[in-house]
Amino acid sequence: MDEDQKEQGEIAEAIINEFCMTICTVNGSGSGTANNLLYRALFRMGIPTSGKNVFPSNIKGLPTWFVIRSSAKGYLGRVPYDDIIVAMNSTTFLEDLTYLPEGGVLFYADHIKLPESIRQDIACYPMPIKTLMKETEVPRNLKDFMENILYVGIVGEVLGITREALREAVDLQFVGKPEVAKSNYDMIMRGYDWAAANLEKKDRYFVRQMPPLADYILTDGNNAGALGSLFGGMQFCSWYPITPASSMVESAIAQVSKLRKDPVTGKNTCVILQVEDELAALGAAIGAGWAGLRSMTSTSGPGLSLMTENVGLAYFTETPVVIWDVQRVGPSTGLPTRTAQGDLSMVYNLGHGDTSHMILIPGSVNECFEFGWKAFDLADKYQTPIFVLSDLDLGMNQWITRKFEYPNRPIDRGKLLWEEGLENASLDWGRYKDLDGDGIPYRTVMGNQNPRSAYFARGTGHDVYGNYSEEPKNWADMLSRIGRKLGCCVKDLPKPVIRKGKEARIGIIGMGSTDPALIEAQDLLSEAGIEVDYMRVRSIPVDTMEREFIASHERCYVLELNRDGQLCEILKLEVSEYSQKLIHISDIGGLPMTAIWARDNIMAHEKERYGKTN
Amino acid sequence: MEKPTETRVERNLVGLTPADYKGKPSTLCPGCGHNTISNQVQAAVFELGLLPEQVIKVSGIGCSSKSPNYFLQRSFGFNGLHGRMPTIATGASFADTRVKVLGFSGDGDTASIGLGHFKHIVRRNVPMVYVIENNGVYGLTKGQFSATSDLGLVLKHQGKNMLPPLDLCMEALISGATFVARAFSGDIKQMKELFKAAIVHKGMAVIDVISPCVTFNNKDTALQSYTWGREHELPIQDITFVPGKDEILLGDFEPGTVQEVRLHDGSAILLKKIDRDYDPTDQSNALDLLTESYKNHYFATGLIYINASKPTIHDLYDLPEEALNRLTPERLRPSTALLDEINSSLY
Repeated sequence: MDEDQKEQGEIAEAIINEFCMTICTVNGSGSGTANNLLYRALFRMGIPTSGKNVFPSNIKGLPTWFVIRSSAKGYLGRVPYDDIIVAMNSTTFLEDLTYLPEGGVLFYADHIKLPESIRQDIACYPMPIKTLMKETEVPRNLKDFMENILYVGIVGEVLGITREALREAVDLQFVGKPEVAKSNYDMIMRGYDWAAANLEKKDRYFVRQMPPLADYILTDGNNAGALGSLFGGMQFCSWYPITPASSMVESAIAQVSKLRKDPVTGKNTCVILQVEDELAALGAAIGAGWAGLRSMTSTSGPGLSLMTENVGLAYFTETPVVIWDVQRVGPSTGLPTRTAQGDLSMVYNLGHGDTSHMILIPGSVNECFEFGWKAFDLADKYQTPIFVLSDLDLGMNQWITRKFEYPNRPIDRGKLLWEEGLENASLDWGRYKDLDGDGIPYRTVMGNQNPRSAYFARGTGHDVYGNYSEEPKNWADMLSRIGRKLGCCVKDLPKPVIRKGKEARIGIIGMGSTDPALIEAQDLLSEAGIEVDYMRVRSIPVDTMEREFIASHERCYVLELNRDGQLCEILKLEVSEYSQKLIHISDIGGLPMTAIWARDNIMAHEKERYGKTN
Repeated sequence: MEKPTETRVERNLVGLTPADYKGKPSTLCPGCGHNTISNQVQAAVFELGLLPEQVIKVSGIGCSSKSPNYFLQRSFGFNGLHGRMPTIATGASFADTRVKVLGFSGDGDTASIGLGHFKHIVRRNVPMVYVIENNGVYGLTKGQFSATSDLGLVLKHQGKNMLPPLDLCMEALISGATFVARAFSGDIKQMKELFKAAIVHKGMAVIDVISPCVTFNNKDTALQSYTWGREHELPIQDITFVPGKDEILLGDFEPGTVQEVRLHDGSAILLKKIDRDYDPTDQSNALDLLTESYKNHYFATGLIYINASKPTIHDLYDLPEEALNRLTPERLRPSTALLDEINSSLY
């Protein structure tokens, strides 16, 4: 500690707990575990941290980057440069180096051949990975993996991550496997001790213990969505693998047998089934939903395109089902391992003919959990497909988030009638009859023993009893009632989150995973003299709060990860009287939005349109 | 002495009459083979004494898929998308495993647009009856070739069919079906017995019913026509289904000519050999039979293959005995303690 303080004094402008570090490795080399250990250790030291995996659509061999942002101020969005680089991949070394600004830090495996003249404006730390490995007995199949574990120790020591935090991170990573934990910790310490004895601190970045983040957890949105669904009473999930959605169902598979044992019989209460394609995935989920199970599927854009005909079927037969779309970059196969918000327009009216849907848009890991269980209640209540739009950044990357909160209300199965309910129902009950005037009919499901309970669900025209009908009035009445039913839903949808600036006349609007970037952008704009209020839309269709937000600002910038401003277009439709106030700004590179990008683009627009040069 | 099968009963075991099993009036063409199928499904369910509430009907798109509207009105039904019947059936089957799933599909549904789903639901061994009402033609769209149309079939607007047909029994068999049968809608008694056995079978029961389309594909020379069918149907056995509660009387049969297959609920299928020594529990026998009949252009009808012991998809999940869709919400939401544990594990 004394030595650290001395070092800190000698280096001008020490920067504490505020940096972006990128670890450059080769895909499939097992670097994931090492990276997890580093950011988990930072989190355990109380430092807000996020971890983003920028990876290729490849199994082994291509370059991959892991970006850790630590921010005492709590900013967790991506930044467009690196303060620290850990170079383990010789192929990308020179390119990686260009992301380091002056004063940056380079850790590099010393078997990577450096260019003859290396930049003098950065601090370099060679890491004798191969030499240290030679001195250690490691099974051949674990060699690559353990090389990565070594850099955790070296980087950790130089930055000042404590041995205790690393120990805790290792214990959590290898919970239940004490021997593996020990061998990993020993390897980390080998790097740590070597660095302590051989490296002299010459950069300005320091990690220092902060108050523990006791109310927080560290995980990804797909895990949260899976847990939310399991706590929401999911009983059936049919799915087909697709990046970046697969890890959601895989998380559910890993936890279902523990979480979903029937308290009465000890048997399983949830079925997860991998099927032959996305058509089958949604088809089976609809079959289960129709039959009275809480059912869902999870996919990404290409899968959702395949599911489209089924979405219309669920909509028109009024079958509850939950559909997660963990978005990736499209159109077409696009960029399977990169992030985007490009499916919103498609989902809004997904299906041929007259369709419209409720869409939930979580903006944090915690909300993935919350919307996970709420989606089932909404699907049951409105008897319709409910979409949850996440994306790769939120779904697959690691975020600190508030602890998951237990659902604050019991499961709501909506207007579901069993034998007794049907006995008491009007004698004139019909599956599609609006008995309450709210557009929502009462439904029965298979297994109901009341001889009046059965009906014939069909995607073809039908009357209120489910009988086939081509009668124009029947068709018009049916479709209008469904429209009316969904028109009432906004009151039950998550309201937007508004973060006020100081007497701002300009608004910025976003959704989903861009939240951290936009929060930071709001503060950066304020520093630059432009006050803005920030609204994050959390559901479509929108309601009065969104309307009032737009109405109360001179103009609103809608920032999103798609080309044509899909959220902006929907807001212009739904809040059409203020459509001229909405300006869209698009970011379509496939990487998460950065606050600096958002700030610069808003300032450029302001300058161009209104001559503000601030 | 009066034989039990000749006794016309007004009410079945559960006290219902045939009227309780009826559906809406058919809107298919008069004489359509599918109407015969509807009648025999209805009769089979009635005679087995299943409550209509214990059965669901699922179908795709096409003439075949309209037919579930014409029987079992007291059973839940779902008429979904073209070719996707197996997907709806798979999901629904888990909701209450005591309810019997009956799937109805055509050759367009099963052999073309939904062939993938067909093979995969068979592979999954979803316990259900999968009826293919196979007329070798697209009827509802007014007469196009299907993937089971005979090679050389001539249709008014399409000319001559240049491609060979798929044999759906063969497809089912090689995908792992545990019950494969073929029926001809001109052979009512055999069809009904096959339906009964299929309904009781625990596993995927595929029945390919050759069902002539009287409007678009009933020329005397057409493979799926009444004339061709009657002349080229070769029953491989006389099949009699005996419910578990009934005593099996072998008196009607010559000893040594009857093979008995026991089903899981104690029922039995009695197979009286016709002209060959055919064992439907042997998969390679079944493959040989289908290969031979395909090559020689006839339909071998009857029970082609049965395996009564393979686990179903439901057996692979350790589910409660009571219906999953009746579990109360409290049994579906994990405890707060479990969520606390998760939160701790992610710190």
